[in-house]
Amino acid sequence: MSHPSDQQGQQGGQQPGTGGVHERVLAWSETELGVEGRVLEVVRAPAAVLSAVGERVDPTSPETVQLAADLVATMRVSPGCVGLAAPQVGVGAQVFCVDVSEHPKTRDHHGTFVLCNAEVVASSRNEKAREGCMSVPDLTGDVKRASRIVVRGQLPGTGEEVELHANAFEARCLQHEIDHCQGLLFVDRVAGAHAIFARQTYL
Amino acid sequence: MNSPRSTAPSILHAVTVLGHDRPGIIAEATGRLAGLGLNLEDSTMTLLRGHFAMMLLCAGDAPAADIETALAPLADDGTLTVTVREVPQEPAAAAAGTSWVLTVHGGDRPGIVSAVVGQVAEAGGNITDLTTRLAGDLYLLVAEIDLPAGADVDAVGAAIRAAATDLGVGATLRPAEADEL
Repeated sequence: MSHPSDQQGQQGGQQPGTGGVHERVLAWSETELGVEGRVLEVVRAPAAVLSAVGERVDPTSPETVQLAADLVATMRVSPGCVGLAAPQVGVGAQVFCVDVSEHPKTRDHHGTFVLCNAEVVASSRNEKAREGCMSVPDLTGDVKRASRIVVRGQLPGTGEEVELHANAFEARCLQHEIDHCQGLLFVDRVAGAHAIFARQTYL
Repeated sequence: MNSPRSTAPSILHAVTVLGHDRPGIIAEATGRLAGLGLNLEDSTMTLLRGHFAMMLLCAGDAPAADIETALAPLADDGTLTVTVREVPQEPAAAAAGTSWVLTVHGGDRPGIVSAVVGQVAEAGGNITDLTTRLAGDLYLLVAEIDLPAGADVDAVGAAIRAAATDLGVGATLRPAEADEL
């Protein structure tokens, strides 16, 4: 079995998702940022900022560091939230946080971390699953995404470039957040006309 | 599927049930159809802003009047509307072109669907599935589209995006992926 999309970005024989957990990213926590995160209001579609490509940021700038802290703080107070991207708090920037450590669908994970200017550099093993989003609160949809990916980005504060392998639910979450930074919502990727549903339960 | 086929081609009836939702509508409707020896073929059911909406095609020898009589009790409390009508057999269309999924979303305003699907029709595209949802202020359309062989997909996509931009909404057109296993 071979899908064209499975080959995407795999030049050089890199095997996404087999690289183990990135120790530096796993060790990272928002306390490194050294600033207090503020809880921001989460914006909802059809806010224009959600459909615009975010600006690349300087990961070492004070604004980016504060934004990173704010994203984590906002994620923490939002029930069930496993990731939040800057456009969701009204900031058109390529910054997001994730923390899937408590989610039952998680296999490997890197705890809480923030990435700037992140991109997917390799992906494979597409799987379909139903997603929701705090910015599209009334709908869910079936989205096919890679279950093994390699993501490259920079840590806020130090600006270190990291390349991490993610799998299962963390891989899905990273792709969802990276999409936000590119102005895409899960509804832009739903599998088809019968793949959109009214939300049944609110967390 | 659920009844033996006779040698004579059976008659197709389209049944619609629309109205106030409650548990058991489908069970009652399909039970009454089965009682007439009708075979359920394609069907679709969803809730449209909370309203029960079902369409189905059933095949068999029962005349429309008998089906209407059998389903009449469904509408007894006045909250459901049931229609039955005979429809011809349609040959399954052989799709020679390419299949696409279109997503359009943005702030609700009149005319989004007509403007966007107008561009699809202009290109000779056929919509084979459509869902639209209004959720708060967010209007969302997802359509599956067959474009004819030889269609300039980039041009169709550009025309759709231009129509969407004029209405202040966004549109994405991407291939409908089917993994052959």
